Amino acid sequence: MTTTELRRKSIEYRKAILTSIHSGGAGHTAGSLSCVDIINVLYNHTMNISPANFDQVDRDHYIQSKGHSVEALYAVLADKGFFSMETLLADLNRNGTHFVGHPTRKVPGIEHNTGALGHGLSVAVGLALAAKLDDKVYRVFTLLGDGELAEGSVWEASMTAAHYQLDNLVVIIDRNTLQITGRTEDVNALEPLSDKFRAFGYAVREVDGNDVSALAATLDAVPFAAGQPNLLLARTVKGKGVSFMEDEKSWHHKVPNADQLTAALDELNAAQAVLEGVSP
Amino acid sequence: MNTMGQPNQQVFADTLLEIAQRNRDVLVVTSDSRGSAKLLAFGEELPQQIVEVGIAEQNLVGISAGLAAGGKIVFAVSPACFLTIRALEQIKNDVAYSDRPVRVIGISAGVSYGMLGSTHHSLHDYAALRCIHNIDIIAPADNFETRAAVQALIDHPRPVYLRLGKKPMPHLHTADAQFEIGKAITVREGHDLTFIAIGEPTSRALAAADLLASEGLSCRVISMHTLRPFDQQALLSAARETQAIITVEEHSVHGGLGECCAAILMQYGIYTPLKIVGIPDTYTYNGDQFAIFDHYGISADGLAAVARTLVEVSI
Repeated sequence: MTTTELRRKSIEYRKAILTSIHSGGAGHTAGSLSCVDIINVLYNHTMNISPANFDQVDRDHYIQSKGHSVEALYAVLADKGFFSMETLLADLNRNGTHFVGHPTRKVPGIEHNTGALGHGLSVAVGLALAAKLDDKVYRVFTLLGDGELAEGSVWEASMTAAHYQLDNLVVIIDRNTLQITGRTEDVNALEPLSDKFRAFGYAVREVDGNDVSALAATLDAVPFAAGQPNLLLARTVKGKGVSFMEDEKSWHHKVPNADQLTAALDELNAAQAVLEGVSP
Repeated sequence: MNTMGQPNQQVFADTLLEIAQRNRDVLVVTSDSRGSAKLLAFGEELPQQIVEVGIAEQNLVGISAGLAAGGKIVFAVSPACFLTIRALEQIKNDVAYSDRPVRVIGISAGVSYGMLGSTHHSLHDYAALRCIHNIDIIAPADNFETRAAVQALIDHPRPVYLRLGKKPMPHLHTADAQFEIGKAITVREGHDLTFIAIGEPTSRALAAADLLASEGLSCRVISMHTLRPFDQQALLSAARETQAIITVEEHSVHGGLGECCAAILMQYGIYTPLKIVGIPDTYTYNGDQFAIFDHYGISADGLAAVARTLVEVSI
């Protein structure tokens, strides 16, 4: 997929995220917007995964440890054909459906039930270790939030990933610097984050996590170093793509009303027009 | 028979080694716990089939779920006291809710660690796991049940918790006994009163039945080795066919076998006299496992005394 096509996908996914959250009346709006470019590149450029091979073990795997940003994953999975966009719009947050506010394996395309933070990395380590034990070539990608890094189990799993030299494991941090209470550095300081991950044995790369071209190129370089787990520190903007949501902690799980949805879609349509080279 | 056998966790380790030698997908995951789990021989013979994660129980369970997703037959082995409460959220979400059939093995369970104190006791695990959907719960009473349970776990399709102790256990069963997950074993028939026991105190219930037999009281003894799925029929039959029930467990009297039985009987409208014998809700007495059992009446004498009061009541 070309960079322009990836950018087009990101705009479509942002529209789907906002529309589905508005329609369902709940969701983690800003965090979904910050990480959607990463999930886009994983599913449309990097990973060997599709509805056709999903029931096999020997394919790439994705575990979204920051489960609350599931609306971004739903948008991508719908586009990839795991279920329809109509199903997503009709079911998200509706009583009696499986489209709850965190990933579950009851939804096609979901690998693991997440939502309690600090769990996904250990599971990803287990999957990556199973590949090493069986000489399989699949890779395991997992996405963590930055607020999530306060969970001690993240660091337990990191030590094990380095100990078993899991260079088939790719840990991506959605470093948007905000959590529900405020700045991560005010809540429970994380920096110097790259140094911490290096000290835990990762091969670390930093990237603009909202730049699909840079993401694709960096993920092409996996493994960053033989025998070391990969860590991609993706610097992102929470609420990315909608000016009045960007870097605003109040949009953590605020639902756009009809006017806000219209304004947001207008901005995204304008961005799409620029991308396609036509005046809005 | 009642001759002394091996520690159940030794039988677990020996049985698992036999199975793992034939099935290379069997994997043991430990948290610096291979020594206490009697898995040193396993680690030496099958180094490719043991994964060490260090003292990190949450990580142990999460990694086990991932290994299971990768097609492995995983036994996650750690002291029950840490495994079932520090890693409870991983058991709930990564194993049970995510439906990854990890075999969660709690070693040195109950008050096995005795004088190490309450940090090392697991008197909460039945209660904690009973209210989490999609994890079976098994606590073998003797070497026979342990061996049969480990063999049955290889093909078990669901998450399961196996609770094992560290002291040598007397034999309860003869070799022709039948073990099936979810099906209680009647160790002795009787018509006056029934002991329903789970795990390592079961032999003490049998000893109480021996004592009461000499007084002319006929006691049924049921080994309820599986707490979930629960053998409701065995309980209901005991309630209908004998005058009283005494439940016996190495667990808090809250939330375990006894309350499970009481709830079922009440909801069936069956008001058979019932006593729950376990570890009471108090600062636990300091002693070795059997001393703690004796202290709280989980003994032939203690259980016989409870039986006498119950049968008086019901006559």
